[in-house]
Amino acid sequence: MISALLVMIGISLLLGAVLGYSAIRFKVEGNPLVEKIDAVLPQTQCGQCGYPGCKPYAEAIAKGEADINKCPPGGEEGIHKLADLLGVEYKPFGEGAAPKAKAVAFIDEQTCIGCTLCLQACPVDAIVGAAKQMHTIIVSECTGCELCVAPCPVDCISMQPLGEDIGNWKWRYPTISIVPVAAR
Amino acid sequence: MRQLFKFHGGVHPPTHKAESTRTPIAQAKMPSRLVIPLHQHVGNRAVPVVQVGERVLKGQIIGRPDGRLSSAVHASTSGTVSAIDMQLVAHFSGLPDLCITLIPDGRDEWIEHSGVDYKQTPHTELRHLLREAGVVGLGGAVFPSDLKSYSNKHKIKTLVLNGAECEPYITCDDLLMRERAGDTLRGAEVLRELLYAEEVLIGIEDNKPEAIAAMKKAVEQDGHQHMEVIAVPTLYPGGGAKQLIRVLTGIEVAAGVRSTEKGVQCFNVATAWSTWRAIAHGEPLLSRIVTVTGNVEHAQNFEVLLGTPVEELVAQAGSRPDTNRHIMGGPMMGVDLPSGQVGVTKATNCIIEGSDKLFPPPAPALPCIRCTRCADVCPADLQPQDLYWFAKSNNFGKTQEFHLFDCIECGACAYVCPSHIPLVQYYRYAKSEIWQREREAQSAEVARERHEYRQFRIEREKQEKAERLAQKEKAALAAKPAVPAPLPVAAAPNADPDDTLQMRVDADVAKANLQLRIDAAVARAKEQAATAKPRNTDALTPAQQAEIAEIEARRAKLREMASGAGADDEPPKHN
Repeated sequence: MISALLVMIGISLLLGAVLGYSAIRFKVEGNPLVEKIDAVLPQTQCGQCGYPGCKPYAEAIAKGEADINKCPPGGEEGIHKLADLLGVEYKPFGEGAAPKAKAVAFIDEQTCIGCTLCLQACPVDAIVGAAKQMHTIIVSECTGCELCVAPCPVDCISMQPLGEDIGNWKWRYPTISIVPVAAR
Repeated sequence: MRQLFKFHGGVHPPTHKAESTRTPIAQAKMPSRLVIPLHQHVGNRAVPVVQVGERVLKGQIIGRPDGRLSSAVHASTSGTVSAIDMQLVAHFSGLPDLCITLIPDGRDEWIEHSGVDYKQTPHTELRHLLREAGVVGLGGAVFPSDLKSYSNKHKIKTLVLNGAECEPYITCDDLLMRERAGDTLRGAEVLRELLYAEEVLIGIEDNKPEAIAAMKKAVEQDGHQHMEVIAVPTLYPGGGAKQLIRVLTGIEVAAGVRSTEKGVQCFNVATAWSTWRAIAHGEPLLSRIVTVTGNVEHAQNFEVLLGTPVEELVAQAGSRPDTNRHIMGGPMMGVDLPSGQVGVTKATNCIIEGSDKLFPPPAPALPCIRCTRCADVCPADLQPQDLYWFAKSNNFGKTQEFHLFDCIECGACAYVCPSHIPLVQYYRYAKSEIWQREREAQSAEVARERHEYRQFRIEREKQEKAERLAQKEKAALAAKPAVPAPLPVAAAPNADPDDTLQMRVDADVAKANLQLRIDAAVARAKEQAATAKPRNTDALTPAQQAEIAEIEARRAKLREMASGAGADDEPPKHN
């Protein structure tokens, strides 16, 4: 009886020690779910979700503080991916949060006064310029977050939708065109 | 007799090749203008190096290669550059691309050029000549030949020369081999030399007996060693590089593997011919042979200057009035041209004039009945019915699992489909969606990195600024004499020098410095106030002096009472 008890206590102590050791030795820094969510987000860093960047939004989702339908640049597909990842129901976009066509910022170089305010607003350093020098957008790095539009004191920044060219053209989903036939 | 192998599947569409082989290659007429696209090859678009209004000579470079994977573009004849702008090009999208428009002056005046002896020239220089001459794969893939004629990682044993020409209607390679076999083989010899290949296998489909005979004769006449002309069975798509390699050598080139890794490299016969012209004569790629066939009065092959508008070309073959479209390439894989104004490019091997009679509009697609006829004919050994299913339901992950990217888009599956489903369109749609997603994922990754770096930079700048400030303070402090001891009058508890010292050892250096500065300023102000005498104290009467002394005494008493109250923390008592 006593020996059985001792054996059980021994086993539990041993297992407890192993578990305790591995908890320290193999401790995972941070929340791995945050990384996974962050990988799904489009990294525009636009703040349209109400958080200052994609990572904070990912953290908020991981904590269960934020809904998954707050990211218009990610599109419907982004919501579907997040729903799959988190095992929750798909949620459509709320009012006024519909995704827009991809656009990049454009600085009217005639109007720009070189105030550097947009440089400070750009989350990905996609604007080149210096104080009292004309600024310009690096199109290939611009995520289209629109954060530079509001700070401009002379309203010289506008969003230009990215047109289709041979480089980014996509094959369309095959459809059958319906030709109306005149009624007899 | 060499043993030949078989690739999986394949179809036998009606060939229609005889129409355009009756007459020899004709020189096309000089067009009224040339629309030369700057992107006629795989890789980066060439950069224009001429100005509008500039006169250029035949063979002059008008577009420089941009980066390693790119090729040069030349003026096809002498004339004046009239525009460098966006024009419609031969592309599935029907979108415009950068083109140089050239108005020929009719003199056809060559730039100075001369060939080299390839046996006396280093290989690097030969490859450079190919690049400068704009030689690219003329079978339709237009991959820069200088990059293909080089292999340092793998030993190339076999060079396959592709003269199969499996697409119906097209006969440009057939006629080239019939009429220009000698130079074609000499070009192949140069390519063999560049690759250090041991043998050259020339695969020609057995529906071209004249070409086979001409090539065999040329091999014998010129005494080419290690060259063999092999007739391969006619079976579409036997002209695909992987399929022809399979038939000739039995080597199966697996998914995602290049044929060079298996010791085989493949070139089109027209590429070999252009290689010879470029190396031995210094002539860049300025023209190519184009089959004009379909709904025309007399189908024929033409030697056409690159950039010739398609409309001017087809007029020479007598395009019939009921023609409603121009197809570039063959009927199986060709591109419907967006306009008759587009220029002939290096990829244009054939122009088929289409009409509703010749190519009736496809019947409406019916549901897939999973008959798997498509799987039977697929030369890449795929399951087209499954690929269709997944592509249709936007299940792109699954399409990749089913090896969508092994599909060569030959159209054999759609050709046999009893439900007339445009299968290839679905595969192309799925491929371009996957590419798009990859591009987006890449740019998201770049944006993430840039954002993280920006945050790191801001943090670093903040820190640097604080450090700089602290250093400045320290330097200023060291340069100035020590703060004079405050006057006893100013000895309020919070201005105590001991207190200041206490704060100086505080961890927050910046804060301490600030405090120090404030204290020093307060002390200075007090010192000034103490040393400066009131201005109205000169020449006072004894009565006034007595009055002052009385007031001072009263003040001192009050001060004493106040400081006593502050120290004892008790309200002063008044009797």
